[in-house]
Amino acid sequence: MPRVWKFGDAINTDDILPGKYAPFMVGEDRFHTYAFAHLRPDFAQGYQPGDVLVTGKNTGLGSSREYAPEALRKLGLKAIVAKSYARIFYRNLINLGIMPFEAPEVVDALQDGDLVELDFEQGLLRRGTETFRLRPPPAFLLEALKEGSILEYYRKYGRFPGESAEG
Amino acid sequence: MGLTLAEKILSKRAGREVRAGELVVVEVDQVMVVDSIAGSFFRRLEQLQATPRFPEKVSIVIDHVAPAANVEVAKAQKEIREWGNRHGCRVFDVGRGICHQVLIEERLALPGGIVLGSDSHSTTYGGIACFGSGMGATDIALAAASGRTWLRVPETVKVTFRGSLSPGTTAKDAALEMIRVLTADGATYMSIEMHLVDGAETLSRSQRLTLANLTVEAGAKCGLVVPSGEVLELYPIPEWLYPDEDAVYAKQVEIDLSTLTPRVSVPFYVDNVEEVAQVKGKKVDQVFVGTCTNGRLDDLHEVAAILKGRKVAPGVRMLVIPASSEVLEQATADGTLLTLLQAGATLGTPGCGPCMGRHQGVLAPGEVCVSTSNRNFKGRMGAADAEIYLASPRVAAATAIAGYITTPEELEVGHA
Repeated sequence: MPRVWKFGDAINTDDILPGKYAPFMVGEDRFHTYAFAHLRPDFAQGYQPGDVLVTGKNTGLGSSREYAPEALRKLGLKAIVAKSYARIFYRNLINLGIMPFEAPEVVDALQDGDLVELDFEQGLLRRGTETFRLRPPPAFLLEALKEGSILEYYRKYGRFPGESAEG
Repeated sequence: MGLTLAEKILSKRAGREVRAGELVVVEVDQVMVVDSIAGSFFRRLEQLQATPRFPEKVSIVIDHVAPAANVEVAKAQKEIREWGNRHGCRVFDVGRGICHQVLIEERLALPGGIVLGSDSHSTTYGGIACFGSGMGATDIALAAASGRTWLRVPETVKVTFRGSLSPGTTAKDAALEMIRVLTADGATYMSIEMHLVDGAETLSRSQRLTLANLTVEAGAKCGLVVPSGEVLELYPIPEWLYPDEDAVYAKQVEIDLSTLTPRVSVPFYVDNVEEVAQVKGKKVDQVFVGTCTNGRLDDLHEVAAILKGRKVAPGVRMLVIPASSEVLEQATADGTLLTLLQAGATLGTPGCGPCMGRHQGVLAPGEVCVSTSNRNFKGRMGAADAEIYLASPRVAAATAIAGYITTPEELEVGHA
């Protein structure tokens, strides 16, 4: 069963992937193995696809480097539950197809190492017999995610979600 | 009810009046791509099966690791040059300078315009009232392919800087004070609209760029300085490019420049701002003057004025990296560089330098650096436990001479 990896407030993109391990520095095939290299050196090795990242306030502040969340996706991350997000990081998550749930009370209730199940469609997170309800992201973003990502959406329709067809 | 400056710019572009909270899709004037994400940018365009819709609106800048530090980087930069040639997009190669400074100098970012950059400090363009915002590789690729982007019209925090800077302080101190007051997420998703009044309007373009640069450290989408002073002389300013007096703000803050004291941002968060006096005496191993925050000619002048006739303390490495080739040329022509070199500073290629810990001055475990840059996160410039203190060029220069954190004024007292 997937587990929770819990971090605190203000996890920045230098924490998630230090600049010196950018794909163009160490190679496209290796950069993800340095995720959280400074903060939690056991993370990249121990993370199993589907495990849930749980973080505090202002998650992902700092650099616009999309390869930080991309490293997490490469490890198999599909969702983050945070108290709040920094702006660029939030867009990057949507663009990569990683679901950015915002639920401060759920973050407080979860502990590192908890075994959980996450139902994306329903927005339900289960721990044992407990069920937590997660508020889904805005409709605009869900529309893009339905196609897999905003890239796929744009390729298919030639416009952004919500933009008129002739736009 | 009136409109804020961000609402004005986005309304003009959208062709209708838009207000905070609405989603808009707008055309962008310039899409800026930096070397470190160019590979991701190319792959996403391939995934889209698209090429830049307006090649002249795409600029790629080789600045984050320039010149190349290893074979992987060299390969990535080779691809940038070839790709730029193939698609007719501008490539600013090694040595031209830091992306934001280059776009300002090349007049690719202009008042009232919209510039998206693949670098979070793209808020810098707001110094000249250009809507500048940072985005990731996917958004940037979509903007290049479509010529436009989607944005949620931001709420606005109004920051009024009042009075003239007190002696010994700089725009950097004002910017750090703003981040302290707002905190690291105090303006998340918002525009920070900066009003310079009662003497503050004399702040130069360079100083305004410093203010706008730091706004992203409060989480802002953009940081716009209302046009006045030097900016009116340097650019034609459209009549509509001012906020309405009855604009609606989410929050309002005032900063009195006349009582400001020198500031320093203490590890490991930018909003962890204190007075220099509180950390005075902290021994340093490296001093770094440069970056998109403080690597311009006036910054180098401030440093030279303090270094003149003095020597960098033994055991301290002082790195100076001009923000652009233009800055480097001017600092050479007016003798600034000679002063710096005679004092014992050394020079790097115009570009980002060691700001994000990749080359040209990476820190060893336990080392302490005073930097004129914009981020002091854990491990940012190298070893995880190395400490970065963010300060003004004046404080950086005084620290280099003393070997510990101090101000030029304290230095005078010490030498008396």
